[in-house]
Amino acid sequence: MNVMPKMNRRSFVIGSAAAGGGLAIGFDLPFGPKEASAQLATPELGVWVVVKPDDTVVVRIARSEMGQGTITGLAQLVAEELEADWSKVTYEYPTPGENVKRKRAWQSYSTGGSRGIRESHEYVRQGGAAARLMLLQAAANEWKVPVEQLKAENSTITGPGGLSTTFGKVAEAASKLPVPEKPALKDPKNWKIAGKPIKRFGTRQRVTGQQIYGFDLKMPGMLIATIKECPVFGGKVKSFDAAKVTSMKGVKKVLQVGDTAVAVVADTFWQAKTALDALPIVWDEGPNAKVSSASIAEWLKAGLDADQAFVGNQNGDAKAAIAGAAKKVEAVYSYPYQNHVCMEPMNATALYTPDKCEVWVPTQDGEGSFAAVLAASGLPADKCDVHKIDLGGGFGRRGGFQDYVHQAVRIAKEMPGTPIKLLWTREEDMVQGRYHPVMQCKMVGAFDKDNNLTGLHMRLSGQSILASVRPQVVEQDKGRDALTFQGVFQSGEHAFGYSVPNLLIDHSMRNPHVPPGFWRGVNINQNCIFIECFMDELAAAAGQDPLTFRRKLMDKHPRNLAVLNAVAERIGWDKPAPQGIYRGLAHMKAFNAYVAGAAEVSVTGDKIKVHRIVAATDATYAVNPAQIDRQVAGSFVYGLSALFWQECTVKDGRIVETNFDTYDSMRIAQMPKVETISMPSGGSGPWGGIGEPTICVAAPAVMNAYAKATGTRIRSFPLKNHKLQIA
Amino acid sequence: MARFTVNGRAVDIDVDPNTPLLWAIRENVGLTGTKYGCGIAQCGACTVHVDGVATRSCAFPVSAAEGKQITTIEGLAQGNTLHKVQQAWIEHEVPQCGYCQSGMIMAVAQLLKNKPKPTDADIDSTITNICRCGTFQQVRAAIHAAANA
Repeated sequence: MNVMPKMNRRSFVIGSAAAGGGLAIGFDLPFGPKEASAQLATPELGVWVVVKPDDTVVVRIARSEMGQGTITGLAQLVAEELEADWSKVTYEYPTPGENVKRKRAWQSYSTGGSRGIRESHEYVRQGGAAARLMLLQAAANEWKVPVEQLKAENSTITGPGGLSTTFGKVAEAASKLPVPEKPALKDPKNWKIAGKPIKRFGTRQRVTGQQIYGFDLKMPGMLIATIKECPVFGGKVKSFDAAKVTSMKGVKKVLQVGDTAVAVVADTFWQAKTALDALPIVWDEGPNAKVSSASIAEWLKAGLDADQAFVGNQNGDAKAAIAGAAKKVEAVYSYPYQNHVCMEPMNATALYTPDKCEVWVPTQDGEGSFAAVLAASGLPADKCDVHKIDLGGGFGRRGGFQDYVHQAVRIAKEMPGTPIKLLWTREEDMVQGRYHPVMQCKMVGAFDKDNNLTGLHMRLSGQSILASVRPQVVEQDKGRDALTFQGVFQSGEHAFGYSVPNLLIDHSMRNPHVPPGFWRGVNINQNCIFIECFMDELAAAAGQDPLTFRRKLMDKHPRNLAVLNAVAERIGWDKPAPQGIYRGLAHMKAFNAYVAGAAEVSVTGDKIKVHRIVAATDATYAVNPAQIDRQVAGSFVYGLSALFWQECTVKDGRIVETNFDTYDSMRIAQMPKVETISMPSGGSGPWGGIGEPTICVAAPAVMNAYAKATGTRIRSFPLKNHKLQIA
Repeated sequence: MARFTVNGRAVDIDVDPNTPLLWAIRENVGLTGTKYGCGIAQCGACTVHVDGVATRSCAFPVSAAEGKQITTIEGLAQGNTLHKVQQAWIEHEVPQCGYCQSGMIMAVAQLLKNKPKPTDADIDSTITNICRCGTFQQVRAAIHAAANA
C-alpha cells in the first residue's frame, strides 16, 4: 500500500502567483501538534533525503502523484544534486501532520497550477546538495582529510590514496552534522539524472492491478458509504424516509450529512448504492431551482456591453482606436461549464474516535485535506492526520476542494471507531463537480486604412473562480479576479503574448450559482480560444496569413514567437498542405511555460478528422523529457475532448449530464498523432509548468484549421452542439 | 449465491444476483485491480475476461457469471512472468495515473488473442476504453510492440 504521511494546511498559491498577478493566497488553520507520529525513514540528512545503511536513498516528496510524473521528476532533481546512484533511489511522503509539527519543513503540498516541480525545484535541489555535503563531510571526518579532496559520485565517496566508501556507510555520522544552508547548485548543463527520460516510479504496479487507489482501501471492520447531495446547488435536504431502506441487506446506517446530503452506510458499496437509490429523499431546492443554461447565457450576454468591468490589461486607448477605425471586426465567443471527470470518482476514508481523526485520501493538496479534517472533526491539529494516496486523476478537482473529505469525516464521526470509506458514484461526481467556469467574450479589433491592427478590446463576461473559492483574494483586489485573465494578463506567468498599440482586456464578473473550480489549465482554456481564434479572424479581415499577421505583433515576445515558429516550421506552414488538409496555429504563455500548437485537419461533411498535431513547449528546463512528451500528448486528449463533446448543461438549477453516455471523452480511434518539441531555453528565470499549459492550444489550433477548411467560424462550444463530430 | 472461478480459484459468494460482477470481484472476492469508472459499460475500466471474452463487468450481473471462468488483471500474468501486454506497457511507460489501465490491458489482451497482428484500424474499432490522462499514443505503440514481441 502506498499510503503514508501526515500534515496540515497553510498557505496555498494559485495560478498566476508571485511573478505577476500577485495571487499568493493564504489561509491559516489552527495548528501546532506536539508529537510526531509519522514513521518516516532514517537517518535523515536534512528534511529531503534519507540514506539507509544499505545505500538506499529515500527522497521525501511533498507533492502528489496523479499521473503527471511529478514524484519521479522531483526525485531526479534531488538525486542529481546528491550524486546518487539512481538505481538505489526511492521515495516517501511525509504526512501533512508531520509537516505541521516541523513548522512546514517541506513547504507547500499543493499540486495544482502545474507547480509541482517549477515552484519547488530550487529548495528540493538544495536539499539534495546539502545532503551530499553532509555525506562528504562525514567521510572527511572519518578519514581525517580535507573535504575539498573528496568527491561524491554514484552514491560513492572517493578520496586521496584510493580512499573509498559509500553513502550508506557514512550516513549515520552525516545525519549528526549541521545541515548546510543554501548550498550551491549544479549547472544544469552538467545534469546526469535530471533532464533525462528516466522511467517513472510505479509503472509495474499500475499494469498488474497492484496499485492501491483510494477506492481500493481495505481496513478491518471498514464499512462503505455512498452519498447524494442536493442536486440543485444551494438546496438542502427537506426530508428522507430512512425506514424504507434500513432493513435492506447490509445496510448499517442512513444519515443526513450536513444540511445538504444524505448517505447510506453498508457492508459493501453495492448494498449502500442500492439502498440509496431506493431511499425517498425530498429536497428543498432553494432559490436556484429555475436557473438554466439559457438564463445564465442571457445574464452573461448582458455583461458583454456592461459599463462596469475589471481591467486585466490595458495600454493606449482601445475604445478611441475602435471608434476611429477604418475597419472594425467584431465577434462573440462562449465557453461552457465542464467537469473534470477523473477516472477515479471522488472518495475518502475516515476513521474517527474522540481522540483522533485520520483520513486516507487521494488528494492534490495534503494540507488542504488536513484543513478539512480539522474543520469537519472539530479536533485539534495534533489529533488529526491525513495519509495521501496516489490519485486516479486529479485535473484540479482534488486540490482546493475537499468536500468529500468533509463528508467522510462527518459520517465517520457518527460511527466512532469504524473506518468509513466514502465512495461517490460517477453520477454524484458529475452532478457535484466544481466546474470549469462559463465565460462569454466579445472581441473587437480596429484596423487603420493600411490594415494595421491599431486597437483590440477583449471583453470577458462570466464566472470568477476565485470569487467563489477564495473571496478574500478578490476582495483584496477591489473585486477583481486577476486569475480570470490567465494568458492575457498584463505581466507575469500568464502574460499576454502580443503587443497591440491600443489594448483593453476587461471582465464583467457574473457569478451563477453553479460552483466553479480549477479545471486543468483553468482560465487559459477559454482565453486561448478567444484570442487565438480571433487573431485568425483579424488576419483574414486584413487579408494576411495568420502566422505573418501574428509575427508583426510579437516583436517583444521572443519566447512566444520561438515556440510558434517551431510548430510552424515542423508542420510545414510555408509549404502547401496535402490535398484536403488544412492547418491552424495557436500559442500562449501559461504557468510560466511558452506553448504552441499546430494542427492538420480535414473536414468531410459534419466530420472533422484531426490528422496531426505539432506541439512545442519552452518550460525553461526539461526535467524528464519522456514525461513531457506524455503530458503534452495527453493534453490534446483532454483539450479536444472538451472541444468536441463536453458541456455540463444546467436545467432546473442542476447539471443534466450524469455519466459518459452524455458527457463523452476521446477514445484511441480519435486521437491525432502528436509530435512534441521540447525546447527549454534555460537561463536563471522562473521555470515553467508542464501538466496544464498545452491544453489551451488544442482547441484554437483545430478550430483555426476548421475555419480555413470550411470558411465557417465556430464561436461556441462544444462542437456537438453544431452537429459536428470527430472522425 | 454465485459460484464461478476467478483466476483459477473457485469462489462461492453470497450476494444479491443483480450485483454487478465488478462489485462481486472487488468486494466479495477482494480483488481490487478491476476498477469502477462509470457503472454503465461506457468507460471500460472494469474490463475482465469471462470465459475468455473481454467483458465490462460493471454492467454484467453476477448471476450471469455462474459457472464461468473469470480472469482479472491480477490473473493475467503467468506466475512471475508478465503477459506480453503488461511487459509492453512497462517498456513504453503507458500508464499515467493508471486507473483505467487494468481495463485497457484486459481489452488489449483480448484483441491480441483474436488478432495477433492488429492494424491501426483493428485497434481503433476494438479498443474503446476511456483514459482521461490521454495515454492513447503510448497505448497504440505498446499494442504494436506487444504484437511483435
